Amino acid sequence: MMAIGQAHNRNSFLDNLAKNLGRERRYQVEKPNWTHQPQWEVLKGASQDDLVEVLKKQCKLIHTDIHETVSTELSTLITHLIKEYGGKTVVTWDDPRFEEFGLNRLDEELSNEQVTMHTWDREGGEENLAFSATADIGITFSDATLAESGTVVLYSDKGKGRAVSLLPAVYLAIIPKSTIVPRMTQVATEMHRKVEKGEMVPSCVNFISGPSNSADIEMNLIVGVHGPVKATYIIVDDK
Amino acid sequence: MAMKIGDKPFKERVSDGIDDKFMRGAVSSAQGRFRSGRLNAAEELGNWEDWRKLGEEIRSHTIENLDYYLELLSENVTKRGGHVFFAETAEEANDYITNVVKEKNGKKVVKSKSMVTEEINMNEALEKAGCEVIESDLGEWILQVDDHDPPSHIVTPALHKNKEQIRDVFRDKLGYDKTEKPEELALFAREKLREEFLQADIGITGCNFAIAESGTISLVTNEGNARMVTTIPKTQITVMGMERIVPTWEEMEVLVSLLTRAAVGQKLTSYITALTGPKQEGEVDGPEEFHLVVVDNGRSKILGTAFQSILHCIRCAACINVCPVYRHVGGHSYGSIYPGPVGAVLSPLLGGYEEYKELPYASTLCAACTEACPVKIPLHEHLLRHRQEIVEKEGKAPVFENLSMKAFSMGTASPAMYNIGSKLAPTALGAFAKDDKISDGPGPLKNWTEIREFPAPKKDRFRDLYKKRKKERGE
Repeated sequence: MMAIGQAHNRNSFLDNLAKNLGRERRYQVEKPNWTHQPQWEVLKGASQDDLVEVLKKQCKLIHTDIHETVSTELSTLITHLIKEYGGKTVVTWDDPRFEEFGLNRLDEELSNEQVTMHTWDREGGEENLAFSATADIGITFSDATLAESGTVVLYSDKGKGRAVSLLPAVYLAIIPKSTIVPRMTQVATEMHRKVEKGEMVPSCVNFISGPSNSADIEMNLIVGVHGPVKATYIIVDDK
Repeated sequence: MAMKIGDKPFKERVSDGIDDKFMRGAVSSAQGRFRSGRLNAAEELGNWEDWRKLGEEIRSHTIENLDYYLELLSENVTKRGGHVFFAETAEEANDYITNVVKEKNGKKVVKSKSMVTEEINMNEALEKAGCEVIESDLGEWILQVDDHDPPSHIVTPALHKNKEQIRDVFRDKLGYDKTEKPEELALFAREKLREEFLQADIGITGCNFAIAESGTISLVTNEGNARMVTTIPKTQITVMGMERIVPTWEEMEVLVSLLTRAAVGQKLTSYITALTGPKQEGEVDGPEEFHLVVVDNGRSKILGTAFQSILHCIRCAACINVCPVYRHVGGHSYGSIYPGPVGAVLSPLLGGYEEYKELPYASTLCAACTEACPVKIPLHEHLLRHRQEIVEKEGKAPVFENLSMKAFSMGTASPAMYNIGSKLAPTALGAFAKDDKISDGPGPLKNWTEIREFPAPKKDRFRDLYKKRKKERGE
């Protein structure tokens, strides 16, 4: 059972707003149907293969490497990439998809390379953060993928820590092809439907488009600020 | 710092800005890049006008029903175990925030970028209570390290500084020993701030859009600092201006799409983070406690007035990036953390005409701002409305405009006066002219010649030449 929080000072504050708006407080408001809805026109009718092409093109603009593979080859590709990046410490989500895609033996395959793997420990606490903070590579699956903006969307959960895609120097996202949708509109609508059905939305939904960056110094683009310095996506055919 | 920055009067601030050659170069180049980014991103969508209309419609409906949506938001935050505090004033907000921090025995606070916390001067309140407050947005951090230099742009706050200046600040204050390369400066910041994130007890964020239907707050960033602030510390406090809210996830998505395109020309920024309450039971990272502070601080006075649509603003800075006046005088000239056209409309409303009556005149009314605004706020009309109200309320326009207009109207009131005036001008202004140019003019000309030269009046006037020519031709 979740504890209910407190709201302080609410009525006087909201009464004042209503007064300034020149009317009584409103307790029921019908959201109108917006007259213009251009968001649904973007990549309308695009096939899954079309979306893959859009995604690949966008990745070039956001400094993100992108690979395509099939599920039987996924483990080999990831092992190869870890070696290529010189990763010695790797943290992953505790997510059943790792097993579904044949990645449960990744640590064995990498044991000769002196790579230490850490799977997010649901029962553990701070050591998850401590490991991630110095890890070379973090790996997660994408829960939804936006072709237009080159975005992987991650839903937080018990085994799906927020830090895995944030603290390590390199972030590697595995994108099952079936998760690709045109744009943010589709994910937002999914969340809206969840709310309407009375379901809980995840405590943290992260829309991640490439590595962290900044233009705060003379408008020069600097890739890699507080989050990962490098981002790589792998699209895997899961049909 | 509060909303007001600096103590110098308006004209001195403007002079400082105009004299700052680096700043002016940086601003015009930044404006160019921001502007082309926005135009490309808009063009790519094809139907940008429809997007803007949708944005306007959403903002207008939400603000018109603000009491309803804020109540819904607070209901949903508390359902998820978060706490909500409605603060009518800056003091109330700061007292609540300080108390939460004290209760948690918090010593180190890390912040991600937030204009409203600047507006209410939150850092100072927390520092008074014995806390260390660390800005983690790269631009904000540079300004903080440089003895709290004020921000000059709402998206890239350190726009007025060049990389050599930043290198020197890091060297003098933090013992930095590398070059002025932006990559090296950023790496230094990454390492320094990483330690701070890992030790902080409290994380404080602003809020781009709160989602009423689920009690969610969303943060739009590129650097990843807001994610740090909401992943590591045990307590999260989010401070939002009361108008930063949308009905559902569907509207959040539309406004984020407008914001990232209008602000920086990106389809999305690197991180859009949507957070609902504290972490759920069984989750390892994320805050254990979540507080949302909803701030009025003068905003409610704007509701129900002709200026209401300024509350539709989504803080993208597109208006700032196209403004010819901002281009020349820079952000600090506005004397407010909110510069440019939006600042010239908002600052007098929040801070009063006494402090900010010059700002509505710091505009050419060219309407580039209105055209750039992704939610179609009629910014230049608001500026004009301000001028009207200032004149109606105070019976006069601010002194400098008044004086120059008076002189000009005297000289032009009648053909006779004009005749005398223009005849006398070469004599009167001769003392100021050099090579037929006046670069340090007196009285009403001063404002003009501070930034450009004024041609010296010719001895032969056009009307005299014309007369002479007619005579010569025997006409």
